[in-house]
Amino acid sequence: MDFQLTPEEEAFREEVRAFLDENLPPEDQRGPEFLAEWNRKVREKRWVGFSWPAEVGGGGGSLMKQVILKEEMAKRKAPPLGTCFMGLAWVGPAIIEYGTEEQKKRFIPDILDGAYQWCTGYSEPDAGSDLAALKCRAVREGDHYVVNGQKIWTSIAMWSKWMILLVRTGTDPSDKHKGITCLLVPMDTPGITVRPIRNMSGGSMFAEVFFDNVRVPVENRLGEEGEGWRVTVSALAHERSGISEIEGLRRRLDALRELARRTVRRGRPAAEDPEVRRRIASIDTRIEAMRLNGMRFLTRQLKGEPLGSETSINKLHRAALEIEIGELALEMQGARGAVAGGAAAVDGGGWQRFSLSWPEVVIGGGTPNIQKNIIAERILGLPKDA
Amino acid sequence: MNFGFTEEQQLLRAEVRKFLDENVPMTEVRRIAEGPGFDPELHRRMAELGWLGLTIPERFGGAGLGAVDQVGLLEELGRSLVPTPLLSASLFAALLEDAGSEAQQGAWLPEIAAGRRIGTLAFGDEEEWPDPRAIRTVGEPDGGGFLLTGDKEVVADATAADVFAVAFRSPGSEGAEGVSLALVPAGAAGVSVDPNEGVDLTKRSGRLRLEGVRVGEADLLGAPGAAWPTIARAFDRGAVVVTAEGVGAAEAALALTVDYARQRVQFGQPIGRFQGVKHPLAESYVDIESVKSLVYFAAWCLDHAPQEVPLAASRAKAYASEAFPRLGLDTVQLHGAIGYTWEYDAHLYLKRARWLRPAFGDAGFHSERVAALGGL
Repeated sequence: MDFQLTPEEEAFREEVRAFLDENLPPEDQRGPEFLAEWNRKVREKRWVGFSWPAEVGGGGGSLMKQVILKEEMAKRKAPPLGTCFMGLAWVGPAIIEYGTEEQKKRFIPDILDGAYQWCTGYSEPDAGSDLAALKCRAVREGDHYVVNGQKIWTSIAMWSKWMILLVRTGTDPSDKHKGITCLLVPMDTPGITVRPIRNMSGGSMFAEVFFDNVRVPVENRLGEEGEGWRVTVSALAHERSGISEIEGLRRRLDALRELARRTVRRGRPAAEDPEVRRRIASIDTRIEAMRLNGMRFLTRQLKGEPLGSETSINKLHRAALEIEIGELALEMQGARGAVAGGAAAVDGGGWQRFSLSWPEVVIGGGTPNIQKNIIAERILGLPKDA
Repeated sequence: MNFGFTEEQQLLRAEVRKFLDENVPMTEVRRIAEGPGFDPELHRRMAELGWLGLTIPERFGGAGLGAVDQVGLLEELGRSLVPTPLLSASLFAALLEDAGSEAQQGAWLPEIAAGRRIGTLAFGDEEEWPDPRAIRTVGEPDGGGFLLTGDKEVVADATAADVFAVAFRSPGSEGAEGVSLALVPAGAAGVSVDPNEGVDLTKRSGRLRLEGVRVGEADLLGAPGAAWPTIARAFDRGAVVVTAEGVGAAEAALALTVDYARQRVQFGQPIGRFQGVKHPLAESYVDIESVKSLVYFAAWCLDHAPQEVPLAASRAKAYASEAFPRLGLDTVQLHGAIGYTWEYDAHLYLKRARWLRPAFGDAGFHSERVAALGGL
């Protein structure tokens, strides 16, 4: 065991810190001009798509350096590296792995520049956790696919220019995985209708998307026909050790402690209540367990071993923590915990909003029950559900 | 950056595994546990293999390795539920290394490493609670030494031990003030040991009675009245060591239940297909892996970052003390009626977890310390 960085990695950390000293103003002084400038500068440093191959315009950076970069950014609450979130997370990696040279040239630079947003057309009304049951149909007609069907829970569909879309092209019902194809679809294609869905926090981040005889050129297919499942799985399997997520949780924990100190509960500061103390200690302990789990995963990656189902461990921790932190914050506030706005609200209702946002994390990446199935079946070797 | 074990460390673990598989199968564990509780011949062989001296300095006959090196040994001992005073002896040796004089180290460490003598910690009176208030045994000044009187009710491996590291306080002292440590041989006048009837038969303890036991200046560990920091460090090391051992036992319990869930057929299918069975097993896996990460890091802190030990040890032990008893209950419950029988091994793991829960501080104690060290 050795937690030292190599001299080269240490030098890189210093480079990142120096860059932040010079280019990152305090949070309250970061206007829209700053953001534009920031995006230009980090792109110039090739820190957007840091680990992507240099030949497609990425940084060609090592895994360890990527962790260092993200950690330093998170510590200073820097804006994200790049603005095309889903493009950077999985559309880009899928195109790099399965795309034609033309597709790479056409899409990768735009993703790195944050020219526009991508959305992800995977889930359907009857295909959520069981994604391979999807029915949205594409029929080949000459040099086009004609798409009919519906997607749902599509995040930021209304602000996206492109969609990575999974459709059913096969007709053999006995092999549901083989009949899936992946298409890249411009959202302004005639026949596409986007209807935002209001979520329980009152906002609209996701939408229903309807396809009515939508014509997609064959050249926009990613991978071969029938290869869509593999494209998707391998893109989602760009699993990360998740170390950079820890910083956000720690910040939440700090805010929770601070809330406990200034909140009076049954006549004394909540921070002195043994039950509150134990619950906060438990949250603290699990965040540290996530950090250290992440370092064990990273160690494996650095030795060249791919990560698999074990990353579900931290997904389960994170899901529980996102919920518990919000619940404890509301509980400590007593009657005010039920007040979301107005003069009586604590912190302007920030905790109330936070405590309604967990589904994005908890459900979005696969529900906890699915994560438990993954661990039980793929790691413990228990028989599959279906 | 490498948060993993070296090849040598993995090799040591594999050797331990091989020896235990060949020599200490569950029938042997039960023979020792349901009989004498301690097998001197097994102890001698462990010493020969270098396990007892693993962390004792080379000049005292040990291998001079660190806490991280010891983790594999502890996990494998736990996996096999081996009844052994190795942990007590090792913690006693670490205490001597921390606070003992050259003469004390020279007298005891080679004996411990060779397996000829066994030492153990006797800190708290009513319970092994990592708090100065638990130390009630009084030492009346007597010439340059003390006359010790008190009852240490739960002393690990007391009946197998040849020597005790006894914590006591000066008359009228309170808290951490006035706390001293002395070495008391089991045969000293006024010392008696009654075995306790343990829940976990693989973990023996006894009640140590001290009735006017005379200790001289040369028997003291460190300066009189100033022993609390030494004791606190020993408690933290103890928490790490028993947690590492607990990880092995928890993993064995999970493996037992997973095997059963794959084979046991009800309603026409293996019960492991039901999510009501599968999900608690997945949760146990998450807990075990998380405790591993926490305890490996705590062991690393023991070797390289002493100032970080209290928080790291408390996080590991708090998590383990909460999760492992739950896992033990699941082990019995998911087996159904067979899990309730004496003959089947499931109950052994539940009992081990219940032994672990309070050892060197329970979840309540360690969570409170995590809260305090986190600034609450």
